[in-house]
Amino acid sequence: MSIGHVLLGVLSAGPAHGYDLKREHDSRFPSAKPLAYGQVYSTLSRLERDGLVEVAETSQDGGPERTTYALTSAGETSLAAWLDEPEQAGPYAADDLLRKTLTSLHMGVDAGDFLRRQRVVHLARMRELIALQGRDADPDQQIAIDHTIFHLDADLRWLQAAAARVAPQGKVRS
Amino acid sequence: MSEAVVEARAVRKAFGRTEALRGTSLAVEEGEVVAVTGPSGSGKSTLLLCLAGVLRPEAGEVWYDARKLSDLSENDRTRLRRREFGLVLQFGQLVPELTAVQNVALPLLLEKHDRRAATTMATGWLERLGALDVADALPGEMSGGEGQRVAIARALVTGPRVIFADEPTGALDTVSGEHVLAALLTTARESGATVVMVTHDNRVAASADREVVIRDGVVELTPVIS
Repeated sequence: MSIGHVLLGVLSAGPAHGYDLKREHDSRFPSAKPLAYGQVYSTLSRLERDGLVEVAETSQDGGPERTTYALTSAGETSLAAWLDEPEQAGPYAADDLLRKTLTSLHMGVDAGDFLRRQRVVHLARMRELIALQGRDADPDQQIAIDHTIFHLDADLRWLQAAAARVAPQGKVRS
Repeated sequence: MSEAVVEARAVRKAFGRTEALRGTSLAVEEGEVVAVTGPSGSGKSTLLLCLAGVLRPEAGEVWYDARKLSDLSENDRTRLRRREFGLVLQFGQLVPELTAVQNVALPLLLEKHDRRAATTMATGWLERLGALDVADALPGEMSGGEGQRVAIARALVTGPRVIFADEPTGALDTVSGEHVLAALLTTARESGATVVMVTHDNRVAASADREVVIRDGVVELTPVIS
């Protein structure tokens, strides 16, 4: 669902059509895989079905039909809830952490608050794993737990660096 | 909620024109393990040294067990540091000319313990921390992890109520750091000691009961996750 929420985040600045949404996504997340048009339109259909976006305008200037989408109030609520909710801490949460943080920043929402809450969730998970590792003497399990702990550690260091770059008003420090 | 065993109340401390602590408050309860984290230069170590009575704040108060440290004489503060507090620093700070067992026995000898009894106690602590193999080695002959175990044994030998540790695993690789941390926390929890440790290491922070983040000389509010 997080790509859908990223698109909702882009739409929070105003109505846009699929091409604009893809371009804005790819520009915000240059290290991510560029969105395929098929994925953009299938995501928009799902968002429309769920009442989170609506068609604002359909135009056809001699070429193919272009649909402009707008955020609904249910979409705004869903977006705000997504930005507010810390991610479950795990080795593969990193992409979603970046999506939420950048979406917050583009919307002028205080990303520092999310980053601090996410740190608490990550530390709590790390604490559980350290306790598990302390009880378990099997080297293979220790190694497997290390793998997760080191990914969490990388996320925690990134969360700390991101928090340091975010000014209190939610803008990026230059 | 139980009473705080150590507490900083609106403490301010500056070094020249740099304000390290700007009205920092922190209360630590008996038996609690607290990790103090934050960016470099945020004032973490300064707070630790103020709580341990090593540094004197310019304003605000530091309390230990219902006693205000600034009301104590220098002699009383020194006695407090020797008897009730244990201090572990990043590089151990062992006396290079003394063997491990002599280093660990040193705080007891300063408190006028009998040399033989002090050596027996020191040996016992080295054994508990898994450092008996280096009992007769000089600090220069030990690995970082061994030296840090000896430093922890020295901090614990007097049976302190509060252990202050500044980056206890900072100079160690992951596995050595994990062992040293486990040794410190196991022995502290067994003896019911309170631990305040400054760290950059997320694993150390996750091993504590509570994390306190210092930013720009003040304690940042910790969010509560429902």
